[in-house]
Amino acid sequence: MPSTNLPSHPVIRKVEALGQRTIQVIDAIGFGASLLYQTGYWLLLGRRYHQVVRLAPIVEQMMEIGIRAIPIIVLVSLTIGLMLAIQGVHALKTFGAEQQVTYGVALSVVREFSPLMTGILVAGRSGAALAARLSTMTIHSEVDALRVMGINPVRFLVVPNLIAMLIMLPALTWLSDLIALTGAGLYITTDLEISFSRYLQQTMYILRIDDVLHGVSKSVVFGALITLVGVMNGTSVTGGAEGVGRVTTHSVVHSILAIILADLLIVFILTR
Amino acid sequence: MIPVIEVKDVVTHYGSRKILNHVNVDIQPGEIMVVMGGSGSGKSTLLRHLIGLERVSAGSIRLLDQDIGHMSHHELTRFYRKLGVAFQGGALFSSMTVGENIMLPLREHTNLDEKTMAIMVRMKLEVVNLAGFEHLMPSELSGGMLKRAAFARAVIMDPALLFCDEPSAGLDPVVSSSLDELILQLRDALNMTIVVVTHELDSAFRIADRITVLDKGEVLTIGSVDQVRASTHTRIQDLLNRRFEETILDPDEYLARLTGESI
Repeated sequence: MPSTNLPSHPVIRKVEALGQRTIQVIDAIGFGASLLYQTGYWLLLGRRYHQVVRLAPIVEQMMEIGIRAIPIIVLVSLTIGLMLAIQGVHALKTFGAEQQVTYGVALSVVREFSPLMTGILVAGRSGAALAARLSTMTIHSEVDALRVMGINPVRFLVVPNLIAMLIMLPALTWLSDLIALTGAGLYITTDLEISFSRYLQQTMYILRIDDVLHGVSKSVVFGALITLVGVMNGTSVTGGAEGVGRVTTHSVVHSILAIILADLLIVFILTR
Repeated sequence: MIPVIEVKDVVTHYGSRKILNHVNVDIQPGEIMVVMGGSGSGKSTLLRHLIGLERVSAGSIRLLDQDIGHMSHHELTRFYRKLGVAFQGGALFSSMTVGENIMLPLREHTNLDEKTMAIMVRMKLEVVNLAGFEHLMPSELSGGMLKRAAFARAVIMDPALLFCDEPSAGLDPVVSSSLDELILQLRDALNMTIVVVTHELDSAFRIADRITVLDKGEVLTIGSVDQVRASTHTRIQDLLNRRFEETILDPDEYLARLTGESI
């Protein structure tokens, strides 16, 4: 008699699980692409279908994502700038090249550390908040309520958040650039006994507009990823409060992972 | 009379599970139809089909002489302005005040000025006996008040059809009775056709013009309160007398189910 337990064989189970995971990932990519398409659609054609993307919720989200994040961004950027300067001076002293520390610090802050750290902070703050909000709304039938009121949930809930994120994350990255460079300058000028204006001159000489745009363009990609991951996790909630906690955690982990992988990809394509 | 809601031969599958099996229901204008049944009877699924949140596997649903299964996304969105839905938990947006919640459909679908919208919100709050509560947040309301506010939001656009999901679930008998009164008032004052999904017998008998009894995805009967009460159908009598259905199990099958081994 042929075995009826074939599908439960451990190897087949693992292959099945891998297949299901692959389908989930492809599904998530498709969902993300669909969200981006819908965002563009409602922005361009919303008025025609009486589904206008309003300014008030965008401004509200810009306040939440951008303005209220300024204190933590300033604190972290200042610390990163100081740490990079301390480590840089320490490492370059070995070769007697500590005068060149500004080169390393300025480029690493603007091209890498500011966009990456700002992205991670915003993912932990606003990405998690978005996932928690959407998942709570989903389990309380609020998303269904929007639909039956003739209000498209993507247009109403996602588009303002995505636009706010695409504006505020680059803005926060610029702010982070300034603060981190200032922090680094405070240490470098003290340790190497050069004036702050000399440090600024060096920094301006080293940095090109391309370097700043490199960092800022990465932050645009990170902003889109944080929102899409938050929405995907938030709307996939099952269960009650436990489910909300689970998707919020997933959202932070997935966002940070997506940011780091995207960063690697962008650096690989643009920097080599 | 032409029915305003026609459910024709609706079948729903979730995977291999059949949830609704050839359901047929007609609802007349101005009628209060209560859809009743135990847990897992398919009443919530039927409601989700009626309000266009889920598509049927087979059959059709016509609301106000339009087949909602064949509407495009934009057509359905426009059509929703003729429907009101009061969800079980209220589904009010926690970040908005009661007044903002009720005003939302007006703000999204009309060009009325703020003052006019505020007057309309206050009018609807009067209807549901929540006058003066527009500045409170949903978290500051009791369960019964939340449901009243949800009714106010559902009727703010003066819909032709109102759907209510378990309006009296989880409420004490007094509050539950007052919500039943509210449903009757809304029908009389606003001349709406109302579909109420509930498993509360007392509430169903108080408000229904007709009752549809569902069991395991099939319609057992459709009739007036008296006709349902007089039914001799065993499952209907079980439901009315709040009796569980007895499941007679084969001992070998039961053992196999527990151990997970085939006999």
